[in-house]
Amino acid sequence: MSTSQLVLEAQDIRKTFHDPVTVEVLKGVSLEVKKGEFVSIIGKSGCGKSTLLYILSTMDTDYQGTLRLGGETTGSKNHAALAALRNAYIGFVFQFHYLLPEFSVLENVMLPGLKLARKSREELEHHAIERLQMLGIADQARKKASMLSGGQKQRVAIARALINDPLIVMGDEPTGNLDRKNSDLVFDIFRDLASERGQALLVVTHDMEFAAKTDRIIEMDDGRIIS
Amino acid sequence: MKYKLLLYIAWNLLTARLRQSIIAGIGVTFGITMFITLMGFMTGLNGLLDGLILNRTPHIRLYNELEASDKQPIEQHPDYSNHLLMQRSIKPVDRGRGLYNGGAALEALKQDPRVLGVAPKTQSQVFYHVGTTDITGLVQGIDPAEEERLFHVSDYIVKGELESLKRVENGIILGYGIAEKMLADLGDMVQVSSATGEKATLKIVGLYQSGLAEVDNSQSYVSLATAQKLAGQGAGYFTDIQIKLHDLNRAPELSKEFASVYKAQAVDIQTANAQFDTGSSIRNLISYAVSITLLIVAGFGIYNILNMMIYEKMDSIAILKATGFSGRDVQWIFLLLSMIIGFSGGILGLGFGYALSSLIDVLPFETEALPTIKTYPVNFDPVYYFTGVSFALATTWVAGWFPAKKASKVDPVDIIRGK
Repeated sequence: MSTSQLVLEAQDIRKTFHDPVTVEVLKGVSLEVKKGEFVSIIGKSGCGKSTLLYILSTMDTDYQGTLRLGGETTGSKNHAALAALRNAYIGFVFQFHYLLPEFSVLENVMLPGLKLARKSREELEHHAIERLQMLGIADQARKKASMLSGGQKQRVAIARALINDPLIVMGDEPTGNLDRKNSDLVFDIFRDLASERGQALLVVTHDMEFAAKTDRIIEMDDGRIIS
Repeated sequence: MKYKLLLYIAWNLLTARLRQSIIAGIGVTFGITMFITLMGFMTGLNGLLDGLILNRTPHIRLYNELEASDKQPIEQHPDYSNHLLMQRSIKPVDRGRGLYNGGAALEALKQDPRVLGVAPKTQSQVFYHVGTTDITGLVQGIDPAEEERLFHVSDYIVKGELESLKRVENGIILGYGIAEKMLADLGDMVQVSSATGEKATLKIVGLYQSGLAEVDNSQSYVSLATAQKLAGQGAGYFTDIQIKLHDLNRAPELSKEFASVYKAQAVDIQTANAQFDTGSSIRNLISYAVSITLLIVAGFGIYNILNMMIYEKMDSIAILKATGFSGRDVQWIFLLLSMIIGFSGGILGLGFGYALSSLIDVLPFETEALPTIKTYPVNFDPVYYFTGVSFALATTWVAGWFPAKKASKVDPVDIIRGK
């Protein structure tokens, strides 16, 4: 594959915590994610996998090394520019759904799109309904987010992650709070996104069964990639 | 576009916590209501009290007072310039109380661009004849139109009309006290004779009450022509020229100038009523202090509620920041939220303030001293309404700023990883 299809490129990422004692949690991590690739990161808790994900997500800026997202180097950007970058390039699915309870399902999905402001409100609404349909929850669109079940909320969160057609979807234990049935459902959705839409996915998980079905498994231990 | 989205988010956060928001808003409403009411009432009262003095007092009054000559004739003789002169025999000559070349001075002053208006006056000492006794008094000949324009005389006329002085040639507007003593009323005739011996029979066309018993017991108004006749003088005879300036503060300076130009004595309003505005400014100060205190308390209420809201909304803030809203966006959301509370609370406060002011405005307030005042005076000057809203916005801006700044600094990683 040519380098133009690399969506995420990290080189020699290092991070040190100084409080209360100096601990190096990432000791030079390099990885690449290509378009359409479904990658999982596994490892024992405390191995630095989540820390790595938040650095890759641009939310954590306190690290050494270089990070390129869609060909753009992130190192020199300020917080506002990084926020704009996340808005356009990254979709997030966390363990917890983080839906805004004051807003309807549809509005929750649309918010990042409204922020990006590349489409009109009507187009976005159409787009959001399409996403919700794909995830089988279009009938809930007008309900308040707080009225949904756990599995439904996580699907709304996925729809929200997809609203701006991101380069990459990042997940931090996206199935951590779900039962087997719902986890499988989320996995299938991710699978389809990767193979049918060419969506790049990078998921941190400790669910080995989940990881085993992904395209590539990155295993970490003590701040390093071991396989 | 950007702010529309932020406003939309702020609005939704606010309506989801409607009860808290309303309580926060009520604080502002209360503060602004009190501000409007207090200011309206205080300045209304100030206006009334100032009016008592200011409206009736010319900024500069030119008059001619009987004075001993500065120089005795002998002092002007060169032979005696080095002598001790003790001669004091030459008494002042009464040139009359009239201003020197009054008519010309009047015309010249009317042309002066610094002068707002000029009202001439001819005063004459008189006796009012009541049965077999005489009451001493003072008759003021005025130009009704100018006097009204500059000094609002008709505010103090309790019966009849000022304009009648123009229509009725020998009309007189009698002080209320004199009228009571004479058992006279509108339409009655009064006999008046002046110190110079002129006699006149005048018809009562009005009664006035200034609130100052001393004045009401002796003064009355007639037309200039009647007063000049009583003084036994012609049409150019004025004892006073009352001047109102565009800029009150220039009165002391201009009074000196006019005095020398028109060869008359001049007294300015500052000298005449030095203490008059001290009371006003202190009352204003108190009103501002009370209102600002109320608003600061309201501001603390908003600060508390926003702080609480931000703690509750940590998750929402985190996800907004994760999905691409910058710290500044988040800060704006909470600032806008605070401003919505401030603005709606402020506008409501204006409404309530107006209502309360209107209520006070119709409450009866009757006093002997102020005959034309029937209800409490309230000032509805829009300036205070603008100030009120600005205060509300400023207070909520400041109260919202600190919590909003805190919200903008929330690190999404801390929140999301902390779960």
